[in-house]
Order: sequence, then structure tokens, then C-alpha cells
Amino acid sequence: MIDFRHAIDGAHRDEWARIVAALARRFGDLDIAEEAAAEAFATAVERWPIDGVPPNPGAWLTTTAQRKAIDRIRRESRREDKQRQAQLMYDDDPPQPVGAIDDDRLRLIFTCCHPALAMEARVALTLRMVGGLTVPEIARAFLVQEPAMGRRITRAKTKIKAARIPYRVPATGDLPGRVGGVLSVLFLIFNEGYLATGADSDPVRHELTSEAIRLTRLLRGMLPRDGEVAGLLALMLLIEARRTARVSATGELVTLDEQDRGSWDGSLIAEGHRLVMERLASGAAPGRYQILAAINAVHTSARDMRDTDWSQIVALYDQLIVLDPSPIVALNRAVAVAELDGPEVALAIIDRLGDTLARYHAYHAARADLLRRLGRSEESRVAYDRAIELAGNSAETAYLTRRRDQLA
Amino acid sequence: MQYFVSVIHDGTDLATDDEMSAIDAFNDRVRAGGHWVFAAGLAAPSTATVIDNRGDEPVISDGPFVETKEFLAGFWIFEADDLDVALRLAAAGSRACNRRVEVRPFAVL
Repeated sequence: MIDFRHAIDGAHRDEWARIVAALARRFGDLDIAEEAAAEAFATAVERWPIDGVPPNPGAWLTTTAQRKAIDRIRRESRREDKQRQAQLMYDDDPPQPVGAIDDDRLRLIFTCCHPALAMEARVALTLRMVGGLTVPEIARAFLVQEPAMGRRITRAKTKIKAARIPYRVPATGDLPGRVGGVLSVLFLIFNEGYLATGADSDPVRHELTSEAIRLTRLLRGMLPRDGEVAGLLALMLLIEARRTARVSATGELVTLDEQDRGSWDGSLIAEGHRLVMERLASGAAPGRYQILAAINAVHTSARDMRDTDWSQIVALYDQLIVLDPSPIVALNRAVAVAELDGPEVALAIIDRLGDTLARYHAYHAARADLLRRLGRSEESRVAYDRAIELAGNSAETAYLTRRRDQLA
Repeated sequence: MQYFVSVIHDGTDLATDDEMSAIDAFNDRVRAGGHWVFAAGLAAPSTATVIDNRGDEPVISDGPFVETKEFLAGFWIFEADDLDVALRLAAAGSRACNRRVEVRPFAVL
């Protein structure tokens, strides 16, 4: 039984996006594609324990899903469009070369991440159509009620159909802009897993970080020469490598300086470093994700917090702030400046960001830490209080509370 | 597939001469590209009359059916294969008339 479960889970992970993409291409309808794929997997759960796992599970699932889709169209189109129906019956999809099938999945990603869809709809649709997550799983991950998440996905699919959002990879000229949108969707998924925003959810949602990495790997396989795709993958791997060290046994956030570096995942770090080196060697000007990956590569190269090359980190932030002059980048840069030039210099920078970041917990947490290091305990306590009030993540709240209570 | 592209405006000023000639040039390109169906500008909302003839007698009232700061100043109807094509046309239209536009597909029945 466990073998069947294993085979079905494996097929779901490897084949879901391929099957949905192939059906979407043939029938031009995401609803039919998704429902038929889900039915094919449900049939596999019934049949495989009795008949055994087929020699080619992917082909079995694709054929079954195609039949389910045709059944559905036959049921639904009884009242209209007999001709289209007949055409579908005889359209024996010729076998596609592997390249074209991969291209299919890429089209599916770009359709789900179309700029005409709201960002939250893009995230939900990508997890559903490309990642194969169920609606309850996606709702749970983003702390949204299941019917609301269902409506969000339905609405997005309706818009794709009614407005005729094309099922296609954008033209070369549009590609850089569109890839950027896809990467932000993937990074949002990763970040929600890495530091969940809800107070009631697990502080780290491994299923989301690993799904984001899997989808980014998929994208990298299809766009191997895109530097930002490589950069985002490297960034995720280098952050994911530290996942188990980031939360203590008691559920408290462990900051970089206190993490047990021996428990970092060496193979993820090695892979992340290889990607960063590959990008450096290319000589091309790095984008945002490549710089963030390089910063994380410096962190993960140090055996100890004291060994960290802070001047290089500050230099990388200087580069990043030119591309992305947001106050959050300025805040992160200031945290690095504190290690290089001392807390006083950093505090002066951070205090200038107060107007825009007043509602951002990390601003108050960084400020509290600098004030603590400067021995200004009373002000530090006020800042910790504010950070605790704004933090949504339980591990972060536990960490901030302990630091506040340690103040003299 | 046809798309309705409405031009959103929030003032009483009409299009300037420069805007008018940019719109004319844009319209020529739309025709040449085979996307042209129809386009028109509308007079100000203050010129509108609302008629309700659902009851016994038609009731005529002065003014637009809804008072908003923003209103429909004109529209294009484009023929386009898909939304990406319509969005490209609408983006150029927005640039030409120097106003925001909304793209909506016609319902397919």
C-alpha cells in the first residue's frame, strides 16, 4: 500500500504540471484541464492498488486525464457545438517531443502569472495549476477561508477564459518583464513559507518553501540562461539551507549570529554557491535576486558570525540599493553597516526611515537591537514592545519577548 | 474576439490639439493593423439624459445615471486575437490620448 502511495505522490509531484499543461493546450480551458487531471489522479488511487502501478505512470495518467476531459466536454456540450465536440474526439494528439512538453509547462506558468491578474490570484493559481496543491492546502497556507480561496481561483480562471488571456510564453521582447512577475510570485510563495505572517500558523511552512524551490528549478530548467532565475534559485537554496537552524526546539526564532552553523544543509549551500559563482563568471550585470543571493553566499561562507566579510555585504547592499531604493533594502543595509561601522552609525541611518517603516516590525526590532547595544535600555524596551505588537510570526514574537526581558 | 476599451477621464477639459493628432495617428495604425472596429468620443456627462421606461410612462431625467469624479470620455472597440494583443493596443491608445483606459472583453454568448 505504501508503495502505491509513494508512486502516486511521486507521479503527482513530477507529472501534475505536465498533464495540466498538455490538457490546457489541447482543450484551451484551464477548468477542464485541472478537473480532468484531478480525476485521473483519483482514478489512479482506486486502480493502482488493484491493477498495480503502470509501467509508465505519466503516460497512463495523461491518457486517463484526456479521456476524463472528453467525457466532461461530451456531457457539457450536449446542447451545443456538436462540431467542436466531434473534432475533439478525433484529435489524436501526436506524441510531442520532450522540449515542446517542457515548453507547455512554461506557458502554463506564464498564463497563471499574467500581469492582468491580481498578485494574490497569480500566487493561488500558480500553486493550483502548476504546483498541484489543493484549494484547502493553498487556503491553509495563506490563512484564507477555503471558500474565499476557491472563489479567488475561480475568478482568475474565469477572467483567463472570458478576456482570452493567451496560453503562451510571451514574445522575446516581453519576456524579461514577464519573467520578473513570475519570479515575484515564486518568491512570495517562498517567503510565506520561510517566515509565515500569521500568528496561528507554523512559523516555518516547509511545504511552501520546498514547493517554491521546486517550481523555480522547473523554470531554471526551461530558462537556463536567465540570470535572475538562477539568482532566485540560489537565494532560495541558501536561505532554505539554514531552515532547521532558524527555529529552536521551543519554537523561538534563532538569529543568524546564534545559529548552529553545523546544522546548515551543506549540499544546498554548495549548490547555491555554484549558482552564484556561475553568475559572477558570466560578467553580466546582476539583478536584484542575484545580489541577494550573493549576500547570502557571503553569510553562508563564514564559519562564524565574526568571520563574516561585512564590508563585502555592505558593498553588495550598496549595489542593491541602486536597483531597489526601497526603505526595506535601506533597513537591511543599515543592519550590515552596524557590524562594519558600529551601532551608532547604523542607528542614524535607521532613524531616518522611521516615517515610512513605522508599521514594519523588523524596523522596530532592528532599532531595538541597536539601542540595546548602545546601552539605551529604556528606548530599546519601547522599540521591542512595538516590534512585538507588529510581528505576526510566533517564533519571532518569542525571540523578541526574550530579548526585551533580558534588558537591564 | 472584440474588446471594449474605455477612456477614463476626471476633468472638464477636452483633448488638446496635440492629443487629437496623436489619437488620429494611433487610429490610422489600428486600421492598418486590421484591429479597427469602432471608436468615438463622448460629450461631457452633464449633457446626458437618463430615461426609465420600465413603468407606465417614460421618466426622463437630466444628468448621468451615476455621479462620479471619473467618467467615460470615449471608447475604442478593437478586434484582437487575445488579451495580450488588446493590451498592447490599449497601452498605445492610452499614450496617444494621454488618459487611463480600461480593457474589457465583450461577453461571448
